[in-house]
Amino acid sequence: MAEEATVAHGTLVLLIEPARLLEVVRTLKDTLGFDMFLDVTAVDWPERNPRFDVVWHFYSTRQHVRVRIKARVPERDPTVDSLIGLYGSARYMERECHDMYGIVFRGNDDLRPILLYEGFEGHPLRKDYPKQKEQPLVPYRASEARK
Amino acid sequence: MSLKLPNPIRPAFDKGGTDSAVIVNIGPSHPATHGTIQIVAELDGERVVRTDVHCGYLHRGFEKECESHTWHNLIPYVDRLNYCSALINDFAYCEAVEKLMDIEITPRCRHLRTLLSEYSRIADHLTCIAAALMELGAMTAFLYLVTIRDYIYEHLAALTGARVTYSYGRIGGLANDVPEGWLKRLGEILDEMDTFTGRVHGLVDRNRIFIDRTRDVGVLGTAEAINWGFTGPILRSTGAARDLRKDTPYLSYAELDFEVPVGIKGDNYDRYYVRMREIDESAHMIRQLVDMLEPGPINVDDRRCVFPEKTLVYNEIESLINHFKLVMEGPQVPPGEVYSAQEGANGELGFYVVSVGGGVPWKVHCRSPSFVHMGGVHRMLDGYQLADIVPTFGSVNMIGGECDR
Repeated sequence: MAEEATVAHGTLVLLIEPARLLEVVRTLKDTLGFDMFLDVTAVDWPERNPRFDVVWHFYSTRQHVRVRIKARVPERDPTVDSLIGLYGSARYMERECHDMYGIVFRGNDDLRPILLYEGFEGHPLRKDYPKQKEQPLVPYRASEARK
Repeated sequence: MSLKLPNPIRPAFDKGGTDSAVIVNIGPSHPATHGTIQIVAELDGERVVRTDVHCGYLHRGFEKECESHTWHNLIPYVDRLNYCSALINDFAYCEAVEKLMDIEITPRCRHLRTLLSEYSRIADHLTCIAAALMELGAMTAFLYLVTIRDYIYEHLAALTGARVTYSYGRIGGLANDVPEGWLKRLGEILDEMDTFTGRVHGLVDRNRIFIDRTRDVGVLGTAEAINWGFTGPILRSTGAARDLRKDTPYLSYAELDFEVPVGIKGDNYDRYYVRMREIDESAHMIRQLVDMLEPGPINVDDRRCVFPEKTLVYNEIESLINHFKLVMEGPQVPPGEVYSAQEGANGELGFYVVSVGGGVPWKVHCRSPSFVHMGGVHRMLDGYQLADIVPTFGSVNMIGGECDR
C-alpha cells in the first residue's frame, strides 16, 4: 500500500499517496491494532514540489510500537482526508495543523482557529511567514511619551 | 470611551437546543480555571448539556521560534512548556536530539535524569492535587502539599539555580553535577513528604464531601479515553496500565522496580488517587536511584555538542575554536527526523524534530498531552453539573504553557 517504507531511528515510516490515506489508516487501526492517534503535523519544504509533508503518528497501546505516515501535498491544493471518523482526537489536532500550515482536512467540519484567533491571516509555521510579523487584534495604544 | 473589542473566538453554538437552555461563558480569565482556558457551555438548569472548549490564549509561537535558534538555545524554551515539571521537557527534548546525533549518554547522566524526572513528576502531581483540592475547599490539604512542593523547588534551585524553569538539560549531558550534600537533603524531603501525603490521605480519602464531589463525576472509559487520545494519569485512572516508562522503557526505567497504579472507573476520585499513588512510586524510584548512582562523568565526550572545559578554552586554540563554533553555529546535527516520546507528568510528551544538517532545527514539533486532552475534555464535562466543571478540570491538570505552546 505504501510507496516507500523505511525505518528511521527505530520507527517505521510509510510514505503514501494522499488518496490512499483512509485505506491505509483503516488497515493500521482495524488489522494492525494502532488504536491511538498521537499526532498530526506538517513539514514545509518551500523549494520542493509538492511543498508539504503531512506527518501522522500512531501508537499501538497493546504492542507498544509507533508508526509514522507521511503524504506529500502541493501548495495549490494542500488537502488530505480527515481522520475524525476513525479517531476522536484527530478533531483538535487537525485544527492546529490547519492553523499553522493551512492543510485542509476534507471531512473535518470544524477547522476553526484553535491556537490562533478568528481573523488571523496566513499560516505562521510556513517558512515564508515572517517571524516578526504582527497582527494585533486590538490596536496598540500610543504611549504617553510619544503623544 | 468604550472600545468594541473583536471576539477572538467563534463559539460552536450560540443558541441552546431547548427554550430553557442558557449559554454561559467561563473564562478565559476565571480564578477557578487556573489556566487560561475558555469554556462555552450550554446549560439546562444546573446541568451541562454540551461544551465548546477553546485554548490558545497562551500561544507564543514556540515552534516558529525554534526554527531560528541553535539546538542548544531551545532548552530554555522547552522549559516553559510544562512549567510544573520543566526538567521532563528538558530531558525529552535532549533525548530527541541525541537520537538524531546517535549519542548514548553516560550512566551517571542517565540515572540523574531519571531521578530528576521522577522528582519533577512529584512536584507536578503535588501541584495538581493541591490545586484541585483547594478548589473543593480543602485548604489544609493544599497547604500540606504545596509546602512539600516548595521544598522541592528550593532544593532544585540549589542544583540548577532556578526554582521553576531550570534550563538544566544539555544535549549529551547535564549543566552540572549534583552539589555536595544534595542527595542527603533529597532523602530528608522525601521522608517529610511521606508524612504530609499520609496526612492528606487521612483528610481526604474517606471524606464524605470529597467523595460526593468526585466519585462518579467526569467518568471516562478506557476505549473512549484511547479514542480521544488521553494518556498519562487520566488514561491510567480508567484502569489501563499504560505507561511509557514500562511499555517502551527509556533512561534507567528498565532497571527500576515500580508499579503502575490504575483506577477502577476513570472518575475524578480515581484521578486523584492515581496521582497520589504515582507520587509514592516516584519516591520509591528515587530512593533506588540514589543507591544506583556511581561516580563518573555526566557529559559524553563528543565535541559536536558538549562544551570543552573552561581551562582548555583559555589555554588551547582547538578548544577555543570548538567553544566558539558551538556558541555561534550550534551543535551539528546530522540530517534526519525522529519522534521521541517520554512519559511526562500529564501523559505522552513527544518531540518530532526534523534536521537538514547544521546547527539550527528545520522543525521542532511538540506533541503536548495537555493540548490533546483539551480536545477530549468535553467528554468529561458534558452531562454533569455546572459546579463539576471546576473539579473535573482540576483533575485534568491542563498546563497552558504546553497546551498552547
